[in-house]
Amino acid sequence: MKAAKSKILIRSACLALTLAGAAQAQISDGVVKIGVLTDMSGPYSVASGPGAVVAVQMAIDDFVSREKPAFKIEMVSADHQNKDDVAAKKAQEWFEHDGVDVVTELVTSSTALAVQKIAKEKNKLILVSGAASTRITNEGCNDITVHWTYDTYALANGTAKVLVKQGGKSWFFLTVDYVFGHSLEKDATDVILANGGTVVGSVRHPFPETDFSPFLQKAQASGAQVIGLANAGNDAINAIKQAVRFGITPKQSLAGLLVFITDVHSLGLKMTQGMYLTEGFYWDLNDETRAWSKRFFEQHKRMPTMVQAGDYSSVMHYLKAVKAVNSDDAQKVMAQMKKTPVNDFFARNGRIRDDGRMVHDMYLFQVKKPSESFGPWDYYKLMATIPGDEAFQPLSASRCPLIKK
Amino acid sequence: MTIFGVPPQLLFGQLLLGLINGSFYAVLSLGLAVIFGMLNIINFAHGAQYMVGAFVAWIGLAAFGVNYWESLVLAPLLVGAFSVLIERLMLRRLYQLDHLYGLLLTFGLALIAEGVFRNYYGISGESYEVPEQLQGGMNLGFMFLPLYRAWVVVAALGVCFAVWFAIERTRLGATLRAATQRPDLVQALGINVPLLMTLTYAAGAGLAAFAGVLAAPVMQVNPLMGSNLIIVVFAVVVIGGMGSILGSIVTGVGLGLVEALTKVYYPQASAVVIFLIMVIVLMVRPAGLFGRQA
Amino acid sequence: MFAALIVGGLVAPFLAYPTFLMKVLCFALFASAFNLLLGFVGLLSFGHAAFFAFGAYVCGYLCKNLGAPPEVGILAGTASASMLGTVFGLLAIRRSGIYFAMITLALAQLVYFLEVQLPFTGGEDGLQGIPRGRLFGLIDLSDNMVMYFFVLAIYLAGFWLIHRTIHSPFGQILKAIRENEPRAISLGYAVDRYKLLAFVLSATLTGLAGATKAIVFQLASLTDADWHMSGEVVLMTLLGGLGTVLGPSVGALTIVGLQDLLADKVGSWVTVITGAIFVVCVLLFRRGIVGELRALSFTRRSGA
Repeated sequence: MKAAKSKILIRSACLALTLAGAAQAQISDGVVKIGVLTDMSGPYSVASGPGAVVAVQMAIDDFVSREKPAFKIEMVSADHQNKDDVAAKKAQEWFEHDGVDVVTELVTSSTALAVQKIAKEKNKLILVSGAASTRITNEGCNDITVHWTYDTYALANGTAKVLVKQGGKSWFFLTVDYVFGHSLEKDATDVILANGGTVVGSVRHPFPETDFSPFLQKAQASGAQVIGLANAGNDAINAIKQAVRFGITPKQSLAGLLVFITDVHSLGLKMTQGMYLTEGFYWDLNDETRAWSKRFFEQHKRMPTMVQAGDYSSVMHYLKAVKAVNSDDAQKVMAQMKKTPVNDFFARNGRIRDDGRMVHDMYLFQVKKPSESFGPWDYYKLMATIPGDEAFQPLSASRCPLIKK
Repeated sequence: MTIFGVPPQLLFGQLLLGLINGSFYAVLSLGLAVIFGMLNIINFAHGAQYMVGAFVAWIGLAAFGVNYWESLVLAPLLVGAFSVLIERLMLRRLYQLDHLYGLLLTFGLALIAEGVFRNYYGISGESYEVPEQLQGGMNLGFMFLPLYRAWVVVAALGVCFAVWFAIERTRLGATLRAATQRPDLVQALGINVPLLMTLTYAAGAGLAAFAGVLAAPVMQVNPLMGSNLIIVVFAVVVIGGMGSILGSIVTGVGLGLVEALTKVYYPQASAVVIFLIMVIVLMVRPAGLFGRQA
Repeated sequence: MFAALIVGGLVAPFLAYPTFLMKVLCFALFASAFNLLLGFVGLLSFGHAAFFAFGAYVCGYLCKNLGAPPEVGILAGTASASMLGTVFGLLAIRRSGIYFAMITLALAQLVYFLEVQLPFTGGEDGLQGIPRGRLFGLIDLSDNMVMYFFVLAIYLAGFWLIHRTIHSPFGQILKAIRENEPRAISLGYAVDRYKLLAFVLSATLTGLAGATKAIVFQLASLTDADWHMSGEVVLMTLLGGLGTVLGPSVGALTIVGLQDLLADKVGSWVTVITGAIFVVCVLLFRRGIVGELRALSFTRRSGA
């Protein structure tokens, strides 16, 4: 009897060890390595940049303390300087030499598109939070991409739509000359035309740009009611400042199609009051958002933008999926992520579609008047919540080859 | 009514903006032309000196409360003083050699300056506000002209005229010009030629810094502002004729206007039209529009 | 010297990352081609990046969009750089010194502009995902080691060509032109024609380097055509040794090595260090690494 028992014991021990060994072997090198690739010092560095790294680190720390995973998690970060070739090289290096399993953040759509291709070749995942262009889930889509936080379609659907409906029928676009600007201009134009407005002209400006006077002068000469700013970050800030300085407002109104709370903070309420903007997140929406944002603020000294909140949320979702399937294989983890709904402070009932789009509610805000604000960072009035299925491009209109119609 | 398909309001507005840019180009290329004309040095660090001038204004305001008007004087002095060091310790050794070593040295210095500032300040730029006295603007009918921009034209062209006058019409200028041609003779006349050369370099750098302060409220202060401009400014100087003061002023303003016209009719080409012009001019008049044949 | 190079080349990939070495080889070829013009003819071109990028774009376009095999792409890239070089050369060769440099710079900026505007270059994004392909339809180049040896072969071929050129009668005439152009003219040489030929040769080999780089990194982008790239190659040549045969390659190895080593750790300080090297070289170190070593060995041999 004793011999049989010990045999069973030994066998189960062996089995347990093998299973444990196998479990370890499922996670490459036993470490899940996350690469944060962003703009660290350029025009998008405040909206994303070092703050994004803080957000990802928070996600990792929270995950480790709450879920106590069996695997280790490491993070690396780098500055792609908004250049495709730098981003592509970095991603390649990370995937080939450094054992990075997933690349995240990727603000600046052209870099996201470049890394998307490389990740597909290496069969690794990317979690895009900062980039905006709808190309990521249309022409550039693949099965290892998740586009988490927002996109140009959602922005247009929020801001452009409300402005046209309020009477801003004629538009002139000031567009940053790379894929993000083009996407945003196109998506906004579609919305404007569909709602009875017209586009009287447009002008493209280099990325990045500091002196907008010649472009703004063209906008002024066009006589359009609304000047649509299809740019972001410092470009948007400078364009708005100079528009005010050149006396363009209030005769013509400015539509900031992508404006972050950090931009409003930089410009001040005097210059931005009354502006409509569409965001995927605001720190002061509810108790959960306030709690998380307070923790972020303690580390970064600025309130989070939707990009940074999205970084936390997407990485957390990813890590949970890795734990659930006990693997860092891209296909397995992606399947798990798609199966699991997203329910956290960032999104309610969010889900990842087959084109990689994470569909969740978006919000239309209006910037408060100085008299309406209690202090720094208290900038937004919630005007409407746009349910996810309405906010994002329907699959029926998708140009993604993965979607069968 | 349209002019070649463009409404006059748009055309005049862009031309006026072009004039403003042109005065910038003029004062920047002036410094370069002075340095090349007098010292035969191709000062690739000019863009960096411009950028440092702007940063001095910004740092002065942010950290020491130095206002814009004080910076207009302070920045050129500081940058000029620093450039004296550069000239005495480094440039001086290269006068006997091929021009190109001077170019390479100043190129290296520009990289150093750009790198240092980039490290501390990133590339997104710092904003510098228009001084109170120059805020607001006037409505010209076809466009609204901010007062500050009008000031830029006045200040830049004023300085250009003053420098041109000093070099072409005063005794000091005559001495300088003589020292370029026959330094030995001028030295024999008891004039300290090396000191003159040092001061000239410092003056050229000071002009760049002055332009930097002028630019700060318009262009935003960022470490790359010089390197974006430097090759355009070089082109202006080459087209104008490398030693010619008048040449660089006229070409600078002219380029601003040509760029503006290009922006109206074919915007994408506005960054390169200058190079096209340079190639054509150098084919036809190898020493530049106002240059003296070497 | 050749034997040392070949042996070194064969051993190197076992000591360092093949990708890094391939980058060094491409730039070494670029710098050596550039040195042909600067070190041996005495002409500073500030627009060589245009040839580098043009070779890269043509090769990339053929391989990616038209499915050409890599050797065809590289040949086409080289040939097109050659043509571009002829155009540039015809326009620029009659000037000298700073005017020559400025014309080449201006022409390069025009090429840059074209590369931004023309649809076939992919504009701001550049050409991405250029396939490595199968060399001669047989050898799969996606393996880094295989690709490395191919690049090594190209480098050695280019290097050999430069070496032969320098030590040929043609090379002697070039040296004569650099030393004393008026004398060369008075001796009856069609100086402009020689300079043009040297220019075109330099441009061609630069295009070869660019086309090869496009296949190695599977990317052709605007950074290749930027004038800062032209500046970098001047530095490599100067640092390694103007007018020496091996110098530019040494310079390329040093600069690329420095950049790779430091890029992650020090960020923008790389620019500062590059600038500092420029300054030091121009002031104290004009003969460059190889030049100084040579001078040292001469004094050793002759004197003490």
